[in-house]
Amino acid sequence: MSSGPSTYVPQSGLTRWLDSRLPLMRFAHDTMLTFPTPRNLNFWYAFGAILTFCLGVQIVTGVVLAMHYLPSAAVGAVPGSSNAFDSVENIMRDVNYGWLLRYIHANGASMFFLAVYVHMFRGLYYGSYKAPREILWILGVIIYLLMVMTAFMGYVLPWGQMSFWAATVITNLFSSLDQVTGGLKVGTHVATWLWGGFAVGDATLNRFFSLHYLLPFVIAGVVGLHIWALHVPGNNNPLGIDVKGPQDTVPFHPYYTSKDAFYVGLFAILFAFLVFYAPEFVGNPDNNIPANPVVTPSDIVPEWYLLPFYAMLRSIPQKLIGVLVLGGAIVTLAFIPWLDTSRVRSNRFRPLMKVFFWIFVVDCIFLGYCGSQGADAVVPGIPGLQLVWLARLGTAYYYGFFWLLMPIVGLIEQPKPLPDSIAKSVLGASAVPAE
Amino acid sequence: MATSTTAEPTRRDFLYIATGAMAAIGAAAVAWPLIDQMNPTAAVLALASIEVDLTPIAMGQVITVVFRGHPLFVRRRTPAEIAQAAAVNVADLIDPIARNLNLPDGAPATAANREIKPEWLIVSGVCTHLGCTPTAHEGDFGGWFCHCHGSQYDVAGRVRKGPAPQNLEIPVYSFLSPTRIKVG
Repeated sequence: MSSGPSTYVPQSGLTRWLDSRLPLMRFAHDTMLTFPTPRNLNFWYAFGAILTFCLGVQIVTGVVLAMHYLPSAAVGAVPGSSNAFDSVENIMRDVNYGWLLRYIHANGASMFFLAVYVHMFRGLYYGSYKAPREILWILGVIIYLLMVMTAFMGYVLPWGQMSFWAATVITNLFSSLDQVTGGLKVGTHVATWLWGGFAVGDATLNRFFSLHYLLPFVIAGVVGLHIWALHVPGNNNPLGIDVKGPQDTVPFHPYYTSKDAFYVGLFAILFAFLVFYAPEFVGNPDNNIPANPVVTPSDIVPEWYLLPFYAMLRSIPQKLIGVLVLGGAIVTLAFIPWLDTSRVRSNRFRPLMKVFFWIFVVDCIFLGYCGSQGADAVVPGIPGLQLVWLARLGTAYYYGFFWLLMPIVGLIEQPKPLPDSIAKSVLGASAVPAE
Repeated sequence: MATSTTAEPTRRDFLYIATGAMAAIGAAAVAWPLIDQMNPTAAVLALASIEVDLTPIAMGQVITVVFRGHPLFVRRRTPAEIAQAAAVNVADLIDPIARNLNLPDGAPATAANREIKPEWLIVSGVCTHLGCTPTAHEGDFGGWFCHCHGSQYDVAGRVRKGPAPQNLEIPVYSFLSPTRIKVG
C-alpha cells in the first residue's frame, strides 16, 4: 500500500514480536508516516482528511443518538404525532446534551456534503480521475452515492412532514418503471417492496433506520478501498504531472499530518459556528411538523446538497425520462475518466477547459437555486419566463459538459507547456540538485 | 485442481458443474427470504374498506379521507364543473385511459367513465408522478395542482399537464344510499 520498500524498523521486543505475526505497526508506519506525498499539495487537498473527520463525527454522534431514538410511526404521546417524532423531541429537550448531539449530527451531514463537493470539484479541476486513478475516482463516486442514500434515509427518521414526503417522492421514483414494463407493473411492485406496505409507513421507517445505521460502516469500508487505490499511484497534485523521484515528495508525516490537522481545525470552526449559532439554518421548518400522510407541504424541497438533482428531475415534464436524467447525472460521473480525452490532467494548463469548468461550477449552484424554488416559479423580474426553462438549460449544460465538452475540448485544445518536475516548479530550477 | 486434457467431458467436470449449480440454488433459496421479508406483512395485506358520509359536503367542496394509508378525495361538483369535465375531448388527454377500477382496464377517459353519479367525483389523492397530495381548486384546469413538481389535473381528476403520466386512480366504490358510499 505504499511506494517503495518498507522503512519500518521495530524498536522494541514487543513490536518485533508483533511485526512477525501481524505487521500492523509496519502498515501504519508506511501508509500514514513515511508515505511519499507530492510536496506541492495545496489547501484543496486537505478535504480527504476533512471528510474522514466528518465520517467519524457522524458515526460517533449517530451511534449515541440511536441509543435514544425510536423508529416507530405509531401514534405517539401527542395526538397527531408519532413515537419517532416524540423520541427526537425527547432527544432535543430531555436527553443530556441531546440537543448538541443531534445538531452536530444534522449539521454534520451538511458539512459532510460541503466537504465532499469541494473534494469532487478539486478532483475534477486537477484531473485526478485520469489514468492511473480511474478506480480511485469510481470508488469515490460509489462513496458519494452511498452518502446520498445514507443522508436521505437519515432525513426520514425524525418523521416530520419533510421526512415523510421526501420518503414518498424518492421511493415513488421507482414506480416510473411501470412505464416500460407494461402490465407487469414492476415499478409498483418495487415501490411496495421498498415500503413494506401500500404507502410509506411504519415498516418503511424501521428499515430505513436499519440501513441508515448500516451504510456508514459500508462507507468506511469503501473509504478503505479508496485510500488503498490512492496509495498505489500516490496522490495527484495541482500540476497534474507525475512524481519523478524523491526530490518531488515529502513524507506524509509531519508535513501533511500537520497541514491537514490545521485545515480540519478551520473546518471545525465553521462547523461549530453552524451548530452553535445557526443550528436550524440548513434545516426545513416544516420538518418540525409531525408527518401527515394526507397533506403535502406546499413547497417540498430536499436538503440543499440534493437541490441540483431535484431541479433536473423537475425540469423534465415526463416521469420516466425525468427519473433517468436524475440518476444519469450521478452515473455520468463514473464515466469521466474515459470521457476526458486530454493528455494533460490539471486545468492549470488547460486554458479552454478551465473556462468550461468554472461555468460548470456556476451551473451546479444555479441548478441548486432552481431546485429551491417552487414548481411554478418564474424568473425574478421577468414575469412571463418560467424558471423551469432556465433549469432545462442548466441540465443541458451539466450533461453537455461531461458528454460533449470533455471529449471535444481535449482534442482541440492547445495546453500550456507542463513544468519539468514538481521540485523545479516548487523550488525554482536552481534549488534542485541534479537528478 | 486437475484440468481435463481430453476432448470428452470427464466425471470431474460433471461433479464440478453439479456442485456449482447446487451451491447457486442453495444461495438463491437463502437469499429469497431475506428479500421477501421486505414485502407487506400479512397484517398489512388484510385491507379494510371504508364508508364515507356525503351529507356534510357542500356544493363545490372537496374533502380528503384516508383510505389504505393514502389520501382519497371526495368532491361534490357544481353543474358548471360537471359541464366542464364533459366538454373535454378524450383525444386531447395525456392519458386517454379511465383508470377506473370499477370499469374494464382499457375504458376511455370520458367524463362518464370517471364517475358513477356526475355530482360526486371519488378519486385517489396520490399524484401519479411521485405520490404527493395535489391541492384542490388550483391550476389551469379547475381540478388539482400538485405543488411538488407542477402536475395539473382537471375537474374529473384527469392529468392535463405533466410530469404525471396517468389520471388519478378511481378506487372500487359503490353508493350504499344517495348520501353514503362504501370504498374498497
